[in-house]
Amino acid sequence: MTFDTAFMLSTLPAFLKAVGVTLQVGLIAIATSLLVAVFNAAVLVFRTPYLWRLVKGYVELARNTPLLIQLFFVYFALPTLGLKVSGFAAAIITMTFMGGAYLTEVLRAGVEAVPRAQLESGRSIGLSEGQLLRHVILPQAGILSLPALFANFIFLLKETTVVSAVAVPEILYTTKNYIALYYKTYEMLAVLTLLCVLLFLPLSLLLRHLERRLQHGQFGN
Amino acid sequence: MASSAIELLLVSLPQLAKGAGQTLAISALGIVFATLGGVLYGVLATLGKRAVNIALQIYLELFRAIPVLVWLYLVFFGLPIFFSLSIPSFWCAVLVLGLWGASEVGEVVRGALASLPRGQREAGLSIGLSGLQLYGHVLLPQALKRMTPPTINIYTRIVKTSSLAVLIGVVDVIKAGQQIIERTYESVLIYGVLFLFFFFICYPLSAASRALERRWAHS
Repeated sequence: MTFDTAFMLSTLPAFLKAVGVTLQVGLIAIATSLLVAVFNAAVLVFRTPYLWRLVKGYVELARNTPLLIQLFFVYFALPTLGLKVSGFAAAIITMTFMGGAYLTEVLRAGVEAVPRAQLESGRSIGLSEGQLLRHVILPQAGILSLPALFANFIFLLKETTVVSAVAVPEILYTTKNYIALYYKTYEMLAVLTLLCVLLFLPLSLLLRHLERRLQHGQFGN
Repeated sequence: MASSAIELLLVSLPQLAKGAGQTLAISALGIVFATLGGVLYGVLATLGKRAVNIALQIYLELFRAIPVLVWLYLVFFGLPIFFSLSIPSFWCAVLVLGLWGASEVGEVVRGALASLPRGQREAGLSIGLSGLQLYGHVLLPQALKRMTPPTINIYTRIVKTSSLAVLIGVVDVIKAGQQIIERTYESVLIYGVLFLFFFFICYPLSAASRALERRWAHS
């Protein structure tokens, strides 16, 4: 068994493009999920009437079903209802649906982790609710939820491989494509593995570092 | 419309049930292997042996860096080429879910064991317990409360991730659904049913995990 290195090199431009697509899908999905999550977490924390039940239901539904089913629903079932979307759009919509729910939970947990005494002392020195949120709750909740947020960002970035199922030309789809076209199976699997390790391992190690650094971060006592 | 939808579901039930059987079998086997492997990982990781820790660290990081779907393809395409070993896609899925799950459960077990007071281990050793007795009678039972809720959460992730088996050709509940859609074009109905199928397995598990966590939070 020998590696056809010339072939591997010839696929390099295509794989660079694929890494671009992976990052693009991942980063857009992270940004849109975060927007959804900030809104939802605010609804949950302030217990906005009616709306918070809706948000709770959404979070449970999105967290307890596989991404693949959500993806297939958006890509294959919605068109029959007149909503036709491209593979790329389906990928973003679905990953936002799932990621938004995960990040909502992270942010809510972060806010709840701020000690109650912090709120009480904030009120006792006469801060308004808005000031309390801006100067007391959010800075602390932000730091407290940072490791979990980062972990979920990495999770979302890795989940982009699933959208290969609807022909988004990211790294896994590109690999499968080359295998189907040229039968260079083990060269392509080697490239794929290498790309995953290069892309995700540094992030995973950075996360571990961040977790250790913030583990002992305590506030207000 | 409504009656034809019910009729379609009744007619498709045997086919869906057969696929669901495959999905549940993959999930269940994955969970069993993940649990056994995870406990083994947790015990090995708390022995304090440097070489063992390094090996476990490499195993863990490989499963964290490489997405599960990529692992599925690596095993599915790779085993026949690199080891001239051809195993059915069903067992590829079980193998990958088991190994990935074991790394996740293993970290939970390691964390739970590490959180026990040192005195427990020392007391056990000082009254002459063997390693097996120490873990079996002293350490693991005490760590159980701490590791059960997060482990149940990992089970829901294994069930959800078992859906990816369809992409390497397992005729699971999703494939069964797709076959029915090819015949009837009822994609909203069928994908809706698949959505609920996974939800009704995973939701009780996550709810149980949360309830146990709350109940045991202060013990």
